[in-house]
Amino acid sequence: MASISIRNVVKQYGSGAKANPVIHGVSAEIPDGEFIVIVGPSGCGKSTLLRMVAGLEEISGGEIAIGGRVVNHVEPAERDIAMVFQNYALYPHMSVFDNMAYGLKLRKIPAEQIRERVDRAAQMLELSHLLTRKPRELSGGQRQRVAMGRALVREPQAFLFDEPLSNLDAKLRVQTRLEIQKLHQRLSVTSLFVTHDQVEAMTLAQRIIVMNAGRIEQIGTPEQVYGRPASTFVASFIGAPAMNLLRGMGQGAEFHTEGGALALPSTAPRAGELILGVRPEHVEIAAEGWPFEVEMSEMLGAERLVYGRLAGSAFTLRMSGALPAPAAGTLLSIQASPDHLHWFDPSTGGRIE
Amino acid sequence: MVERRPALTFLAHLVLVLGVVVVAFPLYIAFVASTQTADAIVQAPMSLLPGSHLLDNYRAALFGSATGGGSQAPVAQMMWVSLVCALIIAMAKIAISLLSAFAIVYFRFPGRSFFFWAIFVTLMLPVEVRIGPTYQVVADLHMLNTYAGLTIPLIASATATFLFRQFFLTVPDELVEAARIDGAGPLRFFKDHLLPLSRTPIAALFVIQFIYGWNQYLWPLLVTTNEDMYPVVIGIKRMIAGGDAAVEWNVVMATAVLAMIPPAVVVVLMQRWFVKGLVDTEK
Repeated sequence: MASISIRNVVKQYGSGAKANPVIHGVSAEIPDGEFIVIVGPSGCGKSTLLRMVAGLEEISGGEIAIGGRVVNHVEPAERDIAMVFQNYALYPHMSVFDNMAYGLKLRKIPAEQIRERVDRAAQMLELSHLLTRKPRELSGGQRQRVAMGRALVREPQAFLFDEPLSNLDAKLRVQTRLEIQKLHQRLSVTSLFVTHDQVEAMTLAQRIIVMNAGRIEQIGTPEQVYGRPASTFVASFIGAPAMNLLRGMGQGAEFHTEGGALALPSTAPRAGELILGVRPEHVEIAAEGWPFEVEMSEMLGAERLVYGRLAGSAFTLRMSGALPAPAAGTLLSIQASPDHLHWFDPSTGGRIE
Repeated sequence: MVERRPALTFLAHLVLVLGVVVVAFPLYIAFVASTQTADAIVQAPMSLLPGSHLLDNYRAALFGSATGGGSQAPVAQMMWVSLVCALIIAMAKIAISLLSAFAIVYFRFPGRSFFFWAIFVTLMLPVEVRIGPTYQVVADLHMLNTYAGLTIPLIASATATFLFRQFFLTVPDELVEAARIDGAGPLRFFKDHLLPLSRTPIAALFVIQFIYGWNQYLWPLLVTTNEDMYPVVIGIKRMIAGGDAAVEWNVVMATAVLAMIPPAVVVVLMQRWFVKGLVDTEK
């Protein structure tokens, strides 16, 4: 087990005038044993970053160190990491046992020790009865477990996961997510997990790295990322449905938008242009408050999402599923709780405390 | 296409049966001729029923005891030469094409696409086009009348290289990366993963190239002058004497039938692999 340090890492394809930078100086410290999830929209560079840690992609600038050793020019096999790929990348012509044992065989580990390690991993992942099968005879979930088994038996310093759950169906995904969590509790090996799915990020991570367009937007615990998003990007990316963002001018306890003025439960942090963020779950219907015009609603079971307009802009709110659905065109009064207002600077997108 | 019209079905079968007859009848004639005496064949019309000299004729062909006007070299030796050549050509072609496709797909070296296109372009150049200079080279290297001379110039294969390249391109990158993380170097990867995955295309190519090697005519005709080194295809031609000399057609036909057997055996034995190798991949 080891810490991972990512210092000012840059990645660009091509060089000179044709250089196409995809990661612009990213830094993160991952202490020993932590489970980190890197999340972001597709094309934000999260997979590239992971692949640089794995050694599958060259590092154009900066440094990556695993366990204090700079690994910029170390072969993937010598970095002492294990990777789980999105499409599992099992060797199709080898049995499950051989798939798991292959890396150990190449490292010249004695056969009986290999047997022992594979058996242990297979037991942990409930694969013992499948060891002689070929990957094509397995279901998606089983293949996924073999891929994890292959990583486990290596007893690496760090696990790297590249969207390992996205090829599974919804039910299996939840189950596997829990299994990964259990495994991490048991082994506490430093793990880097890349996903575009914020639910996976929130549930698995001890800390989340939110990336956008080759930059880190925020590093923090799930609570911090959800509760105190560092930028409008994080605010709208984490949380479903996304946080409502309203543009306007702050003026004392009033917020002037193009569609009208809204009374604030607390004063604006400063006068001038601001973006106000309110999560759909942090407003409630009240006797008086902001005028919200209902357009449509969606029933999710325990709760209901109501879409509509507030002061001219689109706005979503979440209400209990037990309440009757408001008809389209109804005018509701809503109130935001004062502790859950987020303010952002419109020019930088950054958070204002 | 689940129409049920008896007339159509009948017509379809008729066409198929006719096709089979057209293809199979000459083979049958050859077989019948190889079981009769030389005199019986030249009578017109020739009998369409097998005669009683099957063993005599084949023995005469295999061990060279015929008495006709053409070459009387023993066919057994020729079959051996053909077999050795076909096997060397097929296996060496596969080995070289695998390695060159591996280089082209998995290594980045200067001029990579130039080399690929150079190989690709030679697809358009059959042996006949370069036969003069190739002969000169082989003769200068004193390889006439040797197995090396018979096989080496035919070994380089653009078709096979291209086929393996296309196959390798379908192997997912993640598999390569997983192997790298597991610590497999390039040759390890080739041996442990690429070769087992290429089993079916290798088998398919083996069939094609074995037959290609077995049926070589023009090239062996040029580089062999010694009866011991004739492949069987040339042997048949040499048995047919020119001019007025009597041709022992029964022995010639026996040789022809013998020459057909090995490729047929290879195709029949490897048919399953052959079809699989050309249509699907195990991934």
